[in-house]
This record gives sequence, structure tokens and C-alpha cells, in this order.
Amino acid sequence: MKRSHFLLLAVLIALPWFAGEFYVNLASQILIAVIFAASLNLLVGYAGLTSLGHATYLGLSAYISAWLSLRMGLGHAITAPAALLLTTLVGCCFGWIALRASGLGFLMLTLALSQIVWGLGYRWVGVTNGDNGLSGLTRPAPFGIDLSDSGAYFWFVLVITTVVLYVIARFVNSPFGATLRGTRDQSRRMSSLGYDVWGIRWVTFVFASFIGAIAGLLYVYFNKYIHPSVMSVTVSAEALLAVIAGGSGTLAGPVVGAALVMLLKNYASAYVERWNMLMGIVFVFIVIAMPAGIVPGMRTLLQRLKGGQE
Amino acid sequence: MAMDRRQFLQGAAAAGVGVAYSGMSLGQGSTDPIRLGLLTVKTGPLASGGIDMERGLDLYLKEHGGMMAGRRVDLIVADTGGSPATALTKTQELVERNKVQVLTGPLAAFEALAIDDYIRTQKIPTLSVAAAEDMTQRKANPWFVRATSSSAQCSHVMAYHCATVLKYKKMIVIADDIAYGQEMNAGFQRVFEENGGKIIQKLFPPLTAPDYGSFIAQLKTDADAIFLGFAGSNGFRFVRQFNEYGMNGKMKVVGGMTALDESVLRNMGDEALGILTVCWYSSELNNPINVKFAPAFRKAYGYDPGYYAAGTYVNGEILNAALLSVGGNAANKDALMAALKQTHIQTARGPVRFDTYGNVVGNIYIRRVERKDGRLVNAVVQTYPDVSQFWKYDPKKFLAEPVYSRDWPPAKNLE
Repeated sequence: MKRSHFLLLAVLIALPWFAGEFYVNLASQILIAVIFAASLNLLVGYAGLTSLGHATYLGLSAYISAWLSLRMGLGHAITAPAALLLTTLVGCCFGWIALRASGLGFLMLTLALSQIVWGLGYRWVGVTNGDNGLSGLTRPAPFGIDLSDSGAYFWFVLVITTVVLYVIARFVNSPFGATLRGTRDQSRRMSSLGYDVWGIRWVTFVFASFIGAIAGLLYVYFNKYIHPSVMSVTVSAEALLAVIAGGSGTLAGPVVGAALVMLLKNYASAYVERWNMLMGIVFVFIVIAMPAGIVPGMRTLLQRLKGGQE
Repeated sequence: MAMDRRQFLQGAAAAGVGVAYSGMSLGQGSTDPIRLGLLTVKTGPLASGGIDMERGLDLYLKEHGGMMAGRRVDLIVADTGGSPATALTKTQELVERNKVQVLTGPLAAFEALAIDDYIRTQKIPTLSVAAAEDMTQRKANPWFVRATSSSAQCSHVMAYHCATVLKYKKMIVIADDIAYGQEMNAGFQRVFEENGGKIIQKLFPPLTAPDYGSFIAQLKTDADAIFLGFAGSNGFRFVRQFNEYGMNGKMKVVGGMTALDESVLRNMGDEALGILTVCWYSSELNNPINVKFAPAFRKAYGYDPGYYAAGTYVNGEILNAALLSVGGNAANKDALMAALKQTHIQTARGPVRFDTYGNVVGNIYIRRVERKDGRLVNAVVQTYPDVSQFWKYDPKKFLAEPVYSRDWPPAKNLE
């Protein structure tokens, strides 16, 4: 298992040397979607809290960094931490509100909160420039390395993705991660054992919004443009779809799911005119054939095959 | 990738022919096709216009045997899905993977803004259809030309017409709550009020408003007329409900360039008769090019060409003219871009030339919905020749002011 990870990483590192520019850019976008889906998976998969408003954090951090650099003229060294901090603070606040409920109530609250932010994006024209979005942005140049080249930017995103996935893996496999899964499966028992269920969920919510904010920064650096549609419910739903299709509650699930959604949306659409329908059919197939998602589904399939050989 | 022997042989033969062929054609340099990319929307709420864009351009190429300036044209169509991020990915795909030399599209303003920076760095001549004002004004992109219209280019004319010819005194403006609708209505308000009229009410329903009942109920009944700045099928839905609520006859209805487009007009009934709209095109235009184009389009697809179909058709004509003047060489981007901006030709919409910002200067038509041969058409009632995006204002002064928006210019006469 470990060896295959390194193999994948090696292939990805080498990608800009053998793949065309378009594929490198596509790969950057997939990695950004992977970070975003992985952050949502913390809530959906490990905390058992289905959020339909996660795009808020992607959009907020993108908007904050864009606004600070355009209107305040600040450099990336300030805008990036500021965007992460402010978005995480909003995550603290929204988590506090949304976690008053769980289950469907939580879903509706996250949806409502994200709609407020999305509405602000469209309406607060003085700040967000409304439907015209914010343009004229630049990519940062950490340690003097120019990221305007697609290959350089891909490596930048790859480094961050690797770190983020590693941190998430550590988080999930830590004792805290175990208590988090406990609150998901047996919340009453956990609270009678003396665990602060609300607090555990809230910390996870804030952590997820922080990782979502990282995805937002990478997103705005990639596109160099930001439009309110990035905070729409469609973006939240697409990430949720990626998590569920890949396999919620697994580390590899959101990676596979996000890659699948991005490939269907950006690559298959060049060949299939009705790509929305194709996407629908693929997801229906996944839900019927592998209800737990691709990654758990493939695992069971492999185990069964092994069992057959013995 | 596995390759069997037959495929390998075919590949080798093709490569051999290719080498020989390119050797032969080196001297001419005019045999490789021109690679033209079309960015359009084929899925989602904007799809009807997007499909028209593809049909308009398809028809142009079909009429000309798939050639421009004596060279074959490879058209590659990409569906942006009406999302800014996908628009960028698709543009990258067209440029990096399909190696397009010229782009036409995209449809929506925010898509054009999303690809603006990329077009600048890659230097791809782009014949845009999107109407966003600033793309050819305060943030003019040197690689854009727009042969259709800026958001307010047509509404300026309608406002002037309403104030001076129709003598309306008090008007209401209503449009979708998107940049396009806001810019169009702001331009209308400015010219109407500067010519003695008063805008007494401004309404901006959401783009996807399911029902206009609550907006129609709010309308001030002392207005002489209402200006519709809608896009897509919203104008059609508004007019239908306007009648259902018994408002017909209470005030006149006039519309912007997409309020009653030919593509929605075919679904309307007598309630639309007599409504005036303004546009840079009408399928009823009586010029030598359009009298061939409009019937051919109708024959092929069963309805009249409107804003989007004519937009890409005209773009085809302009690109052809520019390519002719550079000898069919699309590889020299600077020369092609300069030629595009120099274009001064007769097209399906009438004469076309560009200002220094890359926006069209051309005729704007006031049109009235009439019934002809059993179908509704936008019959031309008056032509305003050579209208620029700045109307009658000085470009420098115009550009020194903020871009049109919901709140600019400020409305002083609201009741």
C-alpha cells in the first residue's frame, strides 16, 4: 500500500515533463478539488455531519485574498495567512451556529449560511464587484520561484496537497480522530463517557473550514479570477458528490471521487455533448454497484477475488 | 496504449505522407487548416443562446464550403457549461490541446472576464459575443474584438428613441439582476434622463425568478412605459405574465436587445404584437447578406436567427475578411489582430467597423413585433446608423466615470 503511494507520487512529480500543458493544468485543478473534497470528508465521513455549504470556505478565502491584494494592495505574504485566518474565524462562527443541530437540521443550516455568503458575493458589489467578479489577480512567488508556468504551479499544488493529505491522515488516525468517529457512531454513549461531543464536532468543523480555505487560495491562484458562482450550492453539492462517490470516511475516497468528478466535467465533456447525463449515469451506477463508494467497493471486490483464489 | 500491427502501419503510412506533404507545401504555406475555437454554452440555463451560436457559425462555414480566405477551417466547439472556472479550463484545452489560433465566444460576461487574463498572456485573437462593458472600455483587452454590442450600446439608442421620438416622460426599467441587465438599464436611464425623461422605478428580479407576479404588482401605474432589459427567455415570460395580470394597455412595453429575441419570439402569441425592441440585428434586415442568411437559417433549423446566431455568423464574416487581408496567415497573431481591428465590411447586420477599444461601431435598429407569413418577426421601423458604445459622449469623459451598475448613474427621480 505504501509503495503504491510513492509510485503515484513519483508519476505525479514527473507529470509536467511528459504531459502536455493542458493535462498539467487539469491535474492542478484535480489536486485542488482533492483538497477541497478531503476537507469536506472530515465532516461527512468522519464526523457524520453532511454539509451542503462547504463552498463557503473555498469562496471566502479566495475572495478575501483577492480583495486584500486588489483593494488594499497587500502582498501574498500577508493576504494568504489573512485569508486563511479570517475564513477559519468564519468557520468558527458558522460551526457554532450550524452545530446547534445535527442530521438534516445541520444540512439545512449549512446550506442557509452558505446561501447568505453567496448572496453577499453577488450583492455586495462595492466589495465583490458582483456578477463581474474580481479579476487582475496574480499568483504568488514563494522563495522567488515564479508560479505562472503551469508545471511550476502544479508542483506547488502537489506539495501542498501532499502535506494536507498527510495532516488529514494524522488527524484522522490520532486519538482525537478515534473519538471523532465515536461521536459519529455512538454520540450518546460518547457523551455519557464524558466526552464533549459538541466540542469535538466544532473543532472538526473549524479544521475542515481551514483546509477548505487552503483549497480556496489555490483555486484563486490558479484561476486568477473569482466569481460568486464559486460559492454556489452547485459547488458544495459537487464536492459532496465526490466524497460520496469516492467513499466517505476513507482517506482515499475523496481523492478518487474528486478526480472522477473533475475528469467527467472537464475532460469527458470534450467528447460527450450530454456530459451532465453521463455524470448522472456514472453516479447512479456507483450508488447501485458500490453503495459505500468506489474505494470501499473496490476493496471488497479485491478481497472477494482473493478469497476466490484461495 | 496498445497498438496492433494494422494501426502501426496506418500510422507509419500517414506519417510518411505527412512528411512528404509538408515538404511539398512548404513553399505555399497555405494548406494547413485554420484552427478556430468556439466557446459556447450547451448545457444549463444559457444553453439556448449557446446552441444558436454554434448553429450560426456552422451555417457560415457550410455556406463557404468550410473555408475562410481560401483555407480549410477546423472548428472545435467547447461547452463551458456557463461556469467561469470551466470556461477557463475549456479555453486552455482549446489553446493548448487543440492549438486553436483564433477564438470566438464566450457567451456570458463572467466567462469572458474569467478568460481575460489567459487571453492576454497567450495572445489569442478573440471575437467575443459577451456584452460586458469594461471588456472594451476601462479594462480593454487588446486581443478582444466585439462585433455584437456592449450592454448599453443598444439601450442608449432605445432611451433616446423613447424620449425624443415616442415622447415618453416617465418610465420604469426592469432587468435580470446580473451585470448585463444592470449595465443595460443604467445606460438606458442615463440617456433617457438626459433627454428630459424620468426613471421613476428600477426593478431587478433574480435571473431565475420563477414568477414575476410580485414585481408586476409593484409597477407604478403612472408610468408611460416600461423598459425590459431581460435576457434569455425571461422577457417572454415577463410579457406573458404582464398580460395575464391585465396590465396590457396600462403602459407601453419596450425592450432591450435580448428582451424579445427571435429565438423566443417563436413561442409567443398576439400579446407580443406591437412591442418595440432595440438590437444591432433583426432577421428581417433587408441587406444583400441577410436576405440569404436568415432564410437559410430558417430552412435549416426551423426558426429565425436572433442575437446569438447572427453574432457568430457576423464574427465568421469578420474573421474571413481579416484573414483575407493577411493572406490567410492565422499564425501571425499580431498581424491578424491588427487586421481584425481594421475590418470595415458589410455584414448580415449592416456595415461594421471597430473603435480603438475593439468594440463595434455599427447600425442599431428599432424593431416592432409584427406578424408576417403566420409567424412573429421583429420588423425594422427605424435605423440609427454608426452608433458607438459611447453613444454621443466623449470616450475619454465616458471612461473617466465608473462603469454602469445597479447604482450608477444614481437615480434621482424614483417615486
